[in-house]
Amino acid sequence: MELTEPFEVKTKTVCFHCGQPCNDEIITEQDKTFCCHGCRTVFEILNENNLCEYYSMDQSAGVSLRHVREESYAFLDEPEVIKKVLAFSSETFCKVQFFIPTIHCISCIWLLENLKRLNPGIIRAEVNFSRKQIVVDFNPTKISLAGVARLLAALGYSPSISLEEQKNVSPMNKALVTKLAVAGFCFGNIMLLSFPEYLGLDDADRQLRLVFSFLNLFLSVPVVFYSGQEYFTSAWKSFKQKQINIDVPIAVGLAALFLRSGFDIITHYGPGYLDSLAGLVFFLLIGRWFQSKTYDSLAFDRDYKSYFPLAVNKKVNADWRPVVVHTLEKGDIIRVRNMEIIPADSHVLSAEAYIDYSFVTGESKPVFVKAGDFIYGGGRLIGQPVEFVVEKKISQSHLTSLWNNDAFQKKEESHYKKIIDRAAQRFSWIVMGVAIITAIYWYIAAPQQMWLVFTSVLMVACPCALALAAPFTFGNMLRVFGRNGFYLKNADVIERLAAIDAVVFDKTGTVTHGTSEARFVGILSEEELGWVKAMTSSSTHPLSRAISKSIAHRTSSPISNFSEIPSKGIQATIEDHDIKVGSAALVGIEDQHKEVKSKVFVSVDGEVRGYFALETSVRQGLKNLLDRINIKWPVYLLSGDTAQEEERMKSVFPANAGMHFNQSPLEKLHFVSNLQHNGYHVMMVGDGLNDSGALKQSDVGIAVTDDTGVFTPASDGILQGNELKYLDRFLKLSRKSITILKMAFGISFFYNIITLGFAVSGHLSPLLAAILMPISSISVVGFSTLAVNWAARGVTKSKP
Amino acid sequence: MEIIIVLIFISITMAVIFLVFFIWNVKSGQYDDTYGPSVRMLFEDKSKEEIQKAAADKKAEQHN
Repeated sequence: MELTEPFEVKTKTVCFHCGQPCNDEIITEQDKTFCCHGCRTVFEILNENNLCEYYSMDQSAGVSLRHVREESYAFLDEPEVIKKVLAFSSETFCKVQFFIPTIHCISCIWLLENLKRLNPGIIRAEVNFSRKQIVVDFNPTKISLAGVARLLAALGYSPSISLEEQKNVSPMNKALVTKLAVAGFCFGNIMLLSFPEYLGLDDADRQLRLVFSFLNLFLSVPVVFYSGQEYFTSAWKSFKQKQINIDVPIAVGLAALFLRSGFDIITHYGPGYLDSLAGLVFFLLIGRWFQSKTYDSLAFDRDYKSYFPLAVNKKVNADWRPVVVHTLEKGDIIRVRNMEIIPADSHVLSAEAYIDYSFVTGESKPVFVKAGDFIYGGGRLIGQPVEFVVEKKISQSHLTSLWNNDAFQKKEESHYKKIIDRAAQRFSWIVMGVAIITAIYWYIAAPQQMWLVFTSVLMVACPCALALAAPFTFGNMLRVFGRNGFYLKNADVIERLAAIDAVVFDKTGTVTHGTSEARFVGILSEEELGWVKAMTSSSTHPLSRAISKSIAHRTSSPISNFSEIPSKGIQATIEDHDIKVGSAALVGIEDQHKEVKSKVFVSVDGEVRGYFALETSVRQGLKNLLDRINIKWPVYLLSGDTAQEEERMKSVFPANAGMHFNQSPLEKLHFVSNLQHNGYHVMMVGDGLNDSGALKQSDVGIAVTDDTGVFTPASDGILQGNELKYLDRFLKLSRKSITILKMAFGISFFYNIITLGFAVSGHLSPLLAAILMPISSISVVGFSTLAVNWAARGVTKSKP
Repeated sequence: MEIIIVLIFISITMAVIFLVFFIWNVKSGQYDDTYGPSVRMLFEDKSKEEIQKAAADKKAEQHN
């Protein structure tokens, strides 16, 4: 098979597998370059199994394995878990469905569906591209469920498994599409059959008129009782609670139209208004479908459990067995391996350990702990396996208590929905009253006119345009935001965004980049720097990774005697030079200047050459953003770090911005709630779990991420890191969408008042009213859609 | 004019048939994945022999 050659982009080498530039290191294999060992391994697997067609379908189809968290999937060996995850199982046949977020191109489909060529235990695999799902049939006697998951993960398609995620949203949607289809079908046919009526039929065609009318009546039955069913059930429910919601006038309108038309047709009085009835239901359902479509693209709800390793190795009779985290009890001995997360508060049993709390506190510097130390759950172990004794069950643990905070139960109610409902409630009563009074008046004045006027009033006043305005305006705005890298949980968030008048920023990962930048202070030749890069790229330590990334020069010299000394650094021999990279103790000096920065010293043949100072860099364009926001609203900074960065933050933040350091996750939460007590509507911009409590507490919690695959359940929205500098524009847009919504309301009301006037005075025939009603809906929907796009164009166009 | 009634009944019957087909399509999940099938049909189905032959060829190549 022919393989495309790796292409050079000027100075940058591109990974053959994933197509991303090779920054850290270059691995060469069979004339092809790879950015990491993960990518090379995938290529090797594919090459061995003659699956290299993968690369010929789509340029750089592969999924980068550089940022993949290693997971063991050992929990998939637990019978309890297997039972939950499998869709079907028998002795020799099992069916499982995985969600794989990394599915993105033709090659993915091809490779995943050829999974059986990689492992004989797999019977069949089918990909659903739109939902990024794969259904795998396999033979459990040949490959275990965990084996399937590991096979997928090894190819870069790590399945995302959460035991709580087993719900399917599609049946509802399918029902809606079917209802829409039925309504559309009937609407079209009724319109067609009503045409002769519009043009006027002679008495000679009485028979035709009769047939058409009855056909229409027949066609409108499924529209009302199937497609419009939801409005009636909703109205009935609200009646039972002695309330009136927006669906009540719609239901009354539909019922009035249907009964009136039915009566007219059966008594041979006239053709009725079935065309407008079907049209109304059709347009209402389109609005609903549009709404559900936007929500679907943001499948958001995730359980916190999906962030924790679901299983851990527990000591059972001198043997290690994977158990589900929730079954852990106090006193259990567990073993955690490199890069795994410590699932519960516990004491350290092994001599020493390094724990990376970046998951909890945002600090990437690993913390050193020794035997007997108490540690909180949520940290990630770095280095050799360590044993722990569980102190607290997971449910009582520190992190879970933060998650279980009341802040997580945010009052998810929409202000405007309430306004609409309240307005609709009053409006409905008023409409009913007006309709009845008008009917009484006409009964006295001209009884033959009464029914006509009564229906006209009800139909014309039905506030359906009101019901459409909000979903269309917010739905469109959601799409505009999504196109610009800002993903919101739901439309209600826009409303809350518009009310924001205080913005709180978290430091790590938000104001500063998550990745550290290393600067070398001292003297090292280009070649020596290359050696350092070669060494540091062999280590998985965060500081090593940062250093490796900062060096451009590459060396081809082989490394020998490489060793990694935990908590100290790494050493190796390159071209007969003895090189050490690590702490002051490793290179044998004392660091006189106890500065705040992390320092990594380098020595060549025992001679100290200098050190790398590691810093995080401030995001581009942030200062301007903060200045722009600060004109209108107060800006705050919260940081879990020590005040060491205060000077630098002062240069970024406006002079009057409040800065608070040494904040624990709980203190951040309290800070936000204090601001709220002082009457502010707070927006919290953070990066992850260390501020998830605050994110949830805030009126709008935004998680900033440089990798859209990662998000926190507490946030209301996800903002791409490079779009953070446009945050104020999003705020502005959400304010504009409220204005648009109000204008749409205005149009709807204006229309209703005017036409109501005509209807009450008997100048509006029901037929005209029924034609005007969908037109009003369309005009409101059209207005909101156009206005949103126009407003968005104005804002996004001015992007530099 | 009676013929028009017959024609209308025929046309509506046909339309209903199409509607039923559409609903059946939706229910059977034909619209669940609108992208996958369009590319899946382009994949070449290789028989087992072909795969084994390719593997053998490759081995021979590596030995040379």
